[in-house]
This record gives sequence, C-alpha cells and structure tokens, in this order.
Amino acid sequence: MTNTVPVKISAKDVKVFYGENEALHGISMDVYQNEVISFIGPSGCGKSTFLRCMNRMNDTIEHCRVTGSITLDGRDIHEPALDVVQLRAQVGMVFQKPNPFPKSIYENIAYGPRLHGLAERKADLDDIVESSLRRAGLWNEVKDRLDQPGTGLSGGQQQRLCIARSIAVSPEVILMDEPCSALDPIATSIIEELIDELKQNFTIVIVTHNMQQAARVSDRTAFFHLGNLIEIGNTNDVFTNPQQKRTEDYITGRYG
Amino acid sequence: MPNSKIGGHYSQAYDAELQQAVDRLMQMAALTQQQLSDALAAFASGDVVLAQQVKDFDRKVNSFEVDIDEHCLDILARRQPAASDLRLVLSVLKSVNDIERVGDLAKRIAKALLKGAEYGRPSQAQLDALSVMAQKVQQMLQRALEAFKQIDAQAALHVLREDKAIDDDYAQIIAHSLSSMKHDAQQIGVSLQVSNVAKALERVGDHSRNICQHAIFLAHGRNVAHLSDAEVTEVVEKKP
Repeated sequence: MTNTVPVKISAKDVKVFYGENEALHGISMDVYQNEVISFIGPSGCGKSTFLRCMNRMNDTIEHCRVTGSITLDGRDIHEPALDVVQLRAQVGMVFQKPNPFPKSIYENIAYGPRLHGLAERKADLDDIVESSLRRAGLWNEVKDRLDQPGTGLSGGQQQRLCIARSIAVSPEVILMDEPCSALDPIATSIIEELIDELKQNFTIVIVTHNMQQAARVSDRTAFFHLGNLIEIGNTNDVFTNPQQKRTEDYITGRYG
Repeated sequence: MPNSKIGGHYSQAYDAELQQAVDRLMQMAALTQQQLSDALAAFASGDVVLAQQVKDFDRKVNSFEVDIDEHCLDILARRQPAASDLRLVLSVLKSVNDIERVGDLAKRIAKALLKGAEYGRPSQAQLDALSVMAQKVQQMLQRALEAFKQIDAQAALHVLREDKAIDDDYAQIIAHSLSSMKHDAQQIGVSLQVSNVAKALERVGDHSRNICQHAIFLAHGRNVAHLSDAEVTEVVEKKP
C-alpha cells in the first residue's frame, strides 16, 4: 500500500480498559481507504475490542473506557459534538452471528435509511432496498419474497442481508467481526467474493479466526497478541515471511 | 529468520510430516551422492560393470523423487502450511528437482565411460584434473545439503560462492581438451569424453548452488535466484 492512498481511519495509542483491567495497550495504526484489512490473533488478544473502538461500540459496554485518539477522515470520533448514531451509519458493522431484525426482508433494509432520513418517497426507499440487496448479492434470491421475515432465510443469506442492511445507510467503512464463522464453506465463499466487490466502494476491516480467510480476502493483515499489535503488513508478506516470531508461531500453529 | 526450525507445532504429527520431508530429501541426496561418487570412480578406473550399475540405479532415485513430491503435495493439501512451513515445503520441492538432476548427471558420467570405450583411456593428467574438480564438486554438494538441512543461510552463502572455483576448473579442462584435440586428431574422442564429464561436474556445481539458494529462501524468505553473489551476500548479512 503506497503512501498516496488516503488514510480512512487513524488510531493513535488506543487503550481500552474494562474496569481496572487494561485490555488494549496502546494501539496505533492507519486503515487506508478502499482496502481490506484483517485482524488476526488468538482469542482474547484484543482484535474485536479494537474493531469495536472504530465505531464506538464499546460505549455500550458498562465500565469500558477508551483512551487515545481515533480519527475518521481526520475527524476525532470521540469529540463531544459528534453524533454516534451518524458515526455508526458511516462505520457499519456486521457481526459473527447473523442478526436480522424480526421484520420482513424489506424492512430489515429500509429501517436504517428511514431512520437517517435518506429517502423521502416510497420509490426512493424501494430503490435503496433493491440496490443494497443487489450489492450484497442477495437480490435475485429474495426479490419475490421481500415481505417475508428476514429470519426465515438461510444463515448465509441472513449474513448477506445484514451486509445489505449496513450498506443501505451508505457507510464508508464496514467492520466485520468474524462474519463467516457461522457459515458453511459455500456461503463463506459467497461472502468472500462479496468482500472483494465491496472494496471498490467501501473500506473493510475484518476480524477472523480463519487464517486462510485473512490470506484470501485482505490486502493487509494485522496480528494482535495479548492486547498488543505485534505486526502489520501486506498479507502476502505476513503469510510467507512474517517479521515477528510471535506472528510466525501463531500462523504456523506453534506454541510461542 | 524468526523460526528456522521445523518442530514446535501444537500438532506433533505436523512436526513429523515436515521433518520427514527433509529426511527423505536427505536420503535421496545420499543415494545420489553415492551414485555420483561411483560414476566418478568407474570413470577413473574404467570399471564398466560399476558404470552400468550407476546407470541402472537411476530408477531408484527417480522413485524417491515421486515419493517426496507426493509427500509434499499431501502436506500442502492437508495442512495449508504458512510462513516458514510453506517455505520449507516449497524449498524441498525445488531441491528434489536439483538432486534428481545430479542423479542424471552421474548417469551421464557413467555413460561417457560406457560409450567412449572405443576411443581409449584419458591420460593420467586428464584424470588428475578431473579428480581435483570432482573432489571440489562433491564437497560443495555435501556442504550445500548440510546448509539446507541445518537451514543455515550463512553456510549456504559460503558454499554458493565456491561455485566460481568450479567454473574455473571447468574452463581449464575445456581449454586443455581443446588444445589436445588441435594437436592430435586421435585425441578428439577421448578429449570429448573428458569434456563431457567436466561439463557434468560443472552442472552438479550449479545444482549445489541452487540448493544453497533454496536454503537461503527457506531461512530468510527472500528469493535469491538470479542474484549475483554480492547481492545474495547483502540479503543474507542484512538479516539478523
């Protein structure tokens, strides 16, 4: 990744505390625009915690405190004037377990744009629903049953519905927290293919335990361990010739 | 590089599979080294029976090659190796090729004797020159294999630089052969035979050099094929 690519999110010395316990020990990194970057590392290493810092999801956890600075397009996401709801539209999130609303497929997508006032007329909303479902590669499978519950779809379809839902509010960044861990290999391939297409328009940060997935989908890979960022680099380099022994031990399945 | 060792995986079976890839490569190499030394001995003494054995032995080396290829394919398919493990499997696969070629070259030396019997025997001076070159080449091959086995880039670098001396020996033997051909047409047959053996030895030197390059790739993750000795030195010595 060259320096000419604009920085989308910049984190400086980010620490996260759960009560007295410091879970992240000062993470600094830049996420570039339109890249796919993956976070890998053993359970409890802080990768998901750091991911959730990027759209202030940690605000919702009691006793959780975040220090340091995170900017989105140069603007501090912790500044008091910032609207968190707006931030989470700009920085969307897809979770490990597909979590469609207990509403129709149509309403799952329409809810966000309506909330954010993105559509004035029903026809505009219809357009957003269709284009979001198309971009998530789900339109052809659901166009004849938009009024049916989103929860009636298969796991892979539900996950794509959730991706469509986050796309519908025109985000700039999509955070994905193990988006395929509950999916079979075919649904996983479809999501991975989708990630590749989405990066034309969005910046994608993905947390995954599946290292082959990180190797397949991401431009850069960051390895976390015990609350520290150990190594960040081009995915090719990280998986063929990592610079840190702890990275090497993790991705080759050795005890450090 | 961080992890230039084979073991230490959570899966001991994986440790064993990777170790086995290297062990089998070394077994195959030992066979080939024996084949080369037999071929050289046969050529030096004119032992046609031994030369014939060398020729027939090639099949055994080839079956080793297939076996190692399959073993590596298994590891790739089942383990999806990464980082140093991936480099290990790739460099074993490449080294297998070079070792197999050394076997072919041993066969070529044996054939030089079998097919050249009608031209008479090389002079003692010619045999001596070949023997000096052969010793260097065999040592170089041995040390290249040792560097690979130990994943020792420094050692590989030293061995790799020795190739120059072998190329010089080769040039000398060729020059000598040419001049004896010019002086006496009767010598053409036997001098060609000597040149062929020297050429084969020179090629064994090249394959040893390749094995050193694979060892450096394995250790440092940098592809040093086609780099000059100075450039390779920089790669190896820059790294901690």
